[in-house]
Amino acid sequence: MKTVVTPASTAELIEAVRSAPRVLAFGAGTKPRLSQVDDDVLGISTVRLSSLLEYEPDEYTFTALAGTPLRDLTAVLAEKRQYLPFDPPLAAAGATLGGTVAAGLSGPGRLRYGGVRDFILGVRFIDGSGRSLRLGGKVVKNAAGFDLPKFLVGSLGRLGVITELTFKVFPRPASTLTLRLPVSDPQKAVTLFEALGSGRWEVEAADLPPSADAVYVRLAGPEGTLPLIARELLELGSGHTLEPTVATAFWDHLQALTWRAPGNSLHKLALRPREAPALLQQVATMGGQVHLSSAGSLAWVALPVDSDAGRLGLQAMTLHGSGPLFTGRAAEPDIARAIKLALDPVHRFPGFA
Amino acid sequence: MPAEVLRRLSAILPADRLLWQPAHLAAYQSDALTAFQSPPLAVAIPETADEVIALVRACHAGRLPFVARGSGTSLSGGSLPVRDGIVIALNRLNRILRLDPAERIAVVEPGVINLAVTAAAAPHGLHYAPDPSSQSICTIGGNVAFNSGGAHCLKYGMTSNHVLGLRAVLATGEVVDFGSGRREQLGPDWCGLFTGHEGLFGIALEITLQLLPRAECFHTVLAGYRTLEQAGDAVSAIVASGLLPGAIEIMDALALEAAKAAVHADYPPHCEAVLIVELEGPREAVAADRLRLDALLAASGPVEARPARNPAERLAIWKGRKSAFSAVGRLSPDFIVQDGVVPRRRLGEALRRIGEFSREAGLRCANVFHAGDGNLHPLILYNGRNPGELERAEALAGRILRLCVDMGGSITGEHGIGVEKRDYLPAMFAPDEIDCLQRIRAAFDPLGIANPGKMFPDGEAPALHAHGPHPLERAGVISRE
Repeated sequence: MKTVVTPASTAELIEAVRSAPRVLAFGAGTKPRLSQVDDDVLGISTVRLSSLLEYEPDEYTFTALAGTPLRDLTAVLAEKRQYLPFDPPLAAAGATLGGTVAAGLSGPGRLRYGGVRDFILGVRFIDGSGRSLRLGGKVVKNAAGFDLPKFLVGSLGRLGVITELTFKVFPRPASTLTLRLPVSDPQKAVTLFEALGSGRWEVEAADLPPSADAVYVRLAGPEGTLPLIARELLELGSGHTLEPTVATAFWDHLQALTWRAPGNSLHKLALRPREAPALLQQVATMGGQVHLSSAGSLAWVALPVDSDAGRLGLQAMTLHGSGPLFTGRAAEPDIARAIKLALDPVHRFPGFA
Repeated sequence: MPAEVLRRLSAILPADRLLWQPAHLAAYQSDALTAFQSPPLAVAIPETADEVIALVRACHAGRLPFVARGSGTSLSGGSLPVRDGIVIALNRLNRILRLDPAERIAVVEPGVINLAVTAAAAPHGLHYAPDPSSQSICTIGGNVAFNSGGAHCLKYGMTSNHVLGLRAVLATGEVVDFGSGRREQLGPDWCGLFTGHEGLFGIALEITLQLLPRAECFHTVLAGYRTLEQAGDAVSAIVASGLLPGAIEIMDALALEAAKAAVHADYPPHCEAVLIVELEGPREAVAADRLRLDALLAASGPVEARPARNPAERLAIWKGRKSAFSAVGRLSPDFIVQDGVVPRRRLGEALRRIGEFSREAGLRCANVFHAGDGNLHPLILYNGRNPGELERAEALAGRILRLCVDMGGSITGEHGIGVEKRDYLPAMFAPDEIDCLQRIRAAFDPLGIANPGKMFPDGEAPALHAHGPHPLERAGVISRE
């Protein structure tokens, strides 16, 4: 895109969508590859569409405009001791709520209660015909109509422009505790992930950072109970407990994805935990780094410039770098084309290529 | 039945798995929404995914409407047959194809019973979280089609939050794989779109479900209150406290009376409402949370608060709760169940208004509901043999639905729109929004042959009014919720 407009209201946004034959909306641009498209596509930045429209702590719901930064939202939620349990990544870098949904990104906390798809309740979006549509609901439970809010998770602005979102939130546990459990090799990490995932402890996060020498486990629960639960976990891997400030810095660092060597590309992979050891080995041979998140269900991979992410042998989405948006994907079924046409009959939005 | 239809279907299935004689069709002419009945042309009983695919492709080729059906427990008339179409009964596709305890997933066929998944997972300390009250009989395929809920949705979500992958045959005959069975995904969430399609997109053939570890420890309390309002206030206090119980349920006086009569449930005397709250988690966390919960409940002015002292007492509490619907059904020849949602803080107001509506209509209405997520289940009692009573019951149901929308809620929390609430879809969505939903439906089903007459207003499938419970319900096999 060469031209970018920055509407200041939803009305201006609708006008912008209707104003050009090809458009793509984006948020703060923290995942630049997702909005890297042809020059003739008009860019629409949502960053001025920033407002928490409704927040009902007693209902566990809020509604915000798409351009609202995650860090503003999490700060307001924290005042009421609530949170988005899936730890949306890149909050510190300025990532927006709309961008997080469109990209379909969740952080370490997705392990316990699910990811962004599991907390979205409603959406207002503009379809390719320029119509503003609200689907889903504003209450925590709703089964009316097809679940467009979920479908737009991961839609990358290619099926509609998200303008407003309603989310479910949860009460924030009173305390957290992070443990470091050393692992000698990736297979040990996978074994640990599997044990943590099916255990009694209700672990909130379990990640293997790029250093790959230890699994970091975060517990969350009532005050005073976590050291008791931790005792059992520490025995699993002769580990130790992190000081609170060290723990916070550790998770912030992972969530910011700043461990990536400067200039390297960044990719998101959906993973089965047992696929992790081969992935780690392959990335190592390519000279890259891996952060395994959510007990091995999610991998963030950084690769040196000009690497071919297709060699990872798994589906990958590129967030940073100039490679293809997706690699390793199967051909799109007919229904994908039909749905694209249903939501965007004039092909106003780019495709997924 | 037209000879042409019989010829097409006979090429796919042997004669004993193709029902077309009126006596055989009777059992399929309605689901748990018994007020509507419509015999299909025929019932096809496939045993394999390939047979389902062949049937759907034959329907597509012959523009023959089809309605997929599991156990027929839909409360919204979701599997009501279409007069000029066939029913594809999926109960024999009931295999659990794979259960991987390390990855905590199960791959199942659509006819697998909800509770069978948990039964298979239990030896590994795992369970399948969505627990509709019909879970001992309803199928996963039906759960996926209608995005079924249950008593634990606030914390664990609905069916869609547990579907990681789907193989489906679409109404066009195309066979697709949605999701990869992994917990994370790339690109648009196709499993999310398919779950809750109400049978309008096609038929799921293989479903990958996520399993969760079974909670180590439970603390279940039953508290009786003089008034519904007090019970509602107790819910507000619990929610405001920052506790996240696995379930928060309320039953009103009429429901209590019915449960007492039906399963000899024991409740504190002279209560207008009973609240059930369940904490779950690691024993250390539950031990800490129960002190707070018990203090909150003590301060909420109950007649009595009874914690379950052992697993048997916990099961007894849940048995009373889960049997409440069929129990209330015994009080009346006919009933309609609604499942509108209101913002939680307006629960008290909503119940008061429903009480007024019910008195104005001259019909009794029992309430059993998921208080934690504002999901009401008003149960309207009527006698279809009394002229005009069904119409009054439907009018009362309509007033309740509009009340939910006016309060900022939803016309359905977990039963779906089906045939029952299709006229109320426009109360929730603008014409452009309904047009968008219809375009999506048309993308999946350009001919409009998959479960026509459901979800959208002015649909086909004119319905007949019936009387009395479903035969399976009478036999105590199914219950409504």
